Amino acid sequence: MKRASFSNLWMPVLLLLPQVSIIFVFFYWPAFEALKSSFYLQDPFGFSGTFVGLDNYFTLFQNAEYLRISLFTLVFTVCVTFFSLALGLLFAVKADKVIRGASTYKTLLMWVYAVAPPVAGILGVSLFYQGHGLITQLFAFFGHEFVIGVNYYDTGFALIAVSIWKQVPINFIFFLSGLQSVPRSIREAAMIDNRSSSRRFWTITFPLLAPTAFFLLITNITYAMFDTFGVIDVMLRSEPGNNPMTLTYKVYVDGFRGGDLGGSSAQSVILMILVLALTIFQFRLIERRIHYT
Amino acid sequence: MATVSLKTLQKIYPNGFQAVHGADIEIADGEFIVLVGPSGCGKSTLLRMIAGLEEITSGDLLIGDRQVNDLDPADRDIAMVFQNYALYPHMTVYNNMAYGLRNRKISKENIDKSVREAASLLNLAEYLDRRPSQLSGGQRQRVAMGRAIVREPALFLFDEPLSNLDAKLRNQMRIEIRKLQRQLGTTSIYVTHDQVEAMTMADRIVVLNAGNIEQIGTPDEIYHRPASVFVASFMGAPAMNMMEGKLASGGIEIEGVGLLKSDHKLDANSNVSVGVRPEKVKLTTKANGITQPFIHDFTEELGAARLVHGRLGNKPFVVNLHQEDEVPQGELYATLSPDTLHIFDTETGKRLR
Repeated sequence: MKRASFSNLWMPVLLLLPQVSIIFVFFYWPAFEALKSSFYLQDPFGFSGTFVGLDNYFTLFQNAEYLRISLFTLVFTVCVTFFSLALGLLFAVKADKVIRGASTYKTLLMWVYAVAPPVAGILGVSLFYQGHGLITQLFAFFGHEFVIGVNYYDTGFALIAVSIWKQVPINFIFFLSGLQSVPRSIREAAMIDNRSSSRRFWTITFPLLAPTAFFLLITNITYAMFDTFGVIDVMLRSEPGNNPMTLTYKVYVDGFRGGDLGGSSAQSVILMILVLALTIFQFRLIERRIHYT
Repeated sequence: MATVSLKTLQKIYPNGFQAVHGADIEIADGEFIVLVGPSGCGKSTLLRMIAGLEEITSGDLLIGDRQVNDLDPADRDIAMVFQNYALYPHMTVYNNMAYGLRNRKISKENIDKSVREAASLLNLAEYLDRRPSQLSGGQRQRVAMGRAIVREPALFLFDEPLSNLDAKLRNQMRIEIRKLQRQLGTTSIYVTHDQVEAMTMADRIVVLNAGNIEQIGTPDEIYHRPASVFVASFMGAPAMNMMEGKLASGGIEIEGVGLLKSDHKLDANSNVSVGVRPEKVKLTTKANGITQPFIHDFTEELGAARLVHGRLGNKPFVVNLHQEDEVPQGELYATLSPDTLHIFDTETGKRLR
């Protein structure tokens, strides 16, 4: 890359300023405020605070509910990531084989991606609605009375299902483009070398998709942990009380509805550390990633 | 090792395009067959039908005495070398070669033995742990060859395997492939658009044009007795001189040139195309019964030979002279001896004599 040199020191500073100020205002400053307020116990109206050190953190780790929500977040993240990746890959493999009407098929599968998270949430609520939601009726047919918002597991299931549904299209698009970039001659060479199409997939096609799959793994974990907020918010809005929720949603519930700014800040600091760890992991592995070609 | 027979093999695509019009070829055990033709002539389609990568619309394909029309590529006992090598980028050279064997439930020791044998045959022994991306073009080509030979198939298929290599390497690999094939004695079908490859490698050449087989024959037959105008002008560089004319008694009357002497015994008055190879023509300064006045335009020096470009009457004409033969000074005549003339029916393009 060409190295630009500036004779005037102010020029580069001026050019960087918009970017740096945006990052500062929307990331560093709030992050610092969150870190600061996590050491304080605030009064509900936010007018005064008492310095309590790490008490907010200790309280969290001793709180059974917080641990339960952590566990649910883990289950939620694993399920959403795994199933949305698996379904995206399955659809991509199937769509890749379609020759006639391929573009219609692809468009239909990508459609959901254009749905905003809260709208997805509303759709989810109506599908799982007590009594006459489509999926509720399906469960009723098998003899299970599905009550979203009341039964902890039913609600968890609905949250996971809607979140997966929302994420499948983007995985589908990435996997499909990954599949289409596998050279035809390599697939054909494999056809001559291996009779079984499923073994061909796992030994040739899938390894060639691995870079795509890894990238998607990270984005899906991030999605499951943070971007499902909209879906959860709509589906739990009326009664978050006894229902499953993710750590991210808990930050909002405690901070903005419960008025516990200190505890909520401590939670968001923990989440920040998690994101940091995830990012480091991602960069480490991307560096080591094998580049084919 | 096996014979291969193609019986009126046809390929019609769903959109109605007929890529191959009834190909009939009988291939002997151990024979090296080259399919040659311009792009779009159906040679690759034919090869891919034999491989099982394209469905056969109609006709019979036999490898050995087994009909393989509906068998999977993996069950046809063939191995294929692709134009862009098609190596598995995530596998080492060793695994690239072993992959086809592992899927055929061959014991580890035997796989190891075959791979190492093939590797030493192809001078790849020290590269077994590398990935394809760490190899040069020629080495990748060898790995692709190795992947084919470890399988010890009944039939090798080559789809323009040398066209991605530079000219020097291509010549070298051409010789290596031919040598290897002789050594192994495996029946081979080789697709190329390069007539030099076709002429030098083939036991027999199949010339294809627009989905039809124009001629099947040894390189010698193809070159010296081309069955059609297409074969005559496709094979040979510089291309054969072609002129349109009419049969007359004792020769062929070419408009604007004159009568070319020929002892043909064909009916007079039909329209014919006459071809003569540039290297079969001599240039002299003395006219006689079998010469035509030659107007010299310019000369291309090729080192070992020189191409003399000019005209017979108003028709462009090329003479290929050996390096020792200088272009004579003064008035020039081209000697067209009757036995060097190829005569084709203008309408059908088929050889008359």
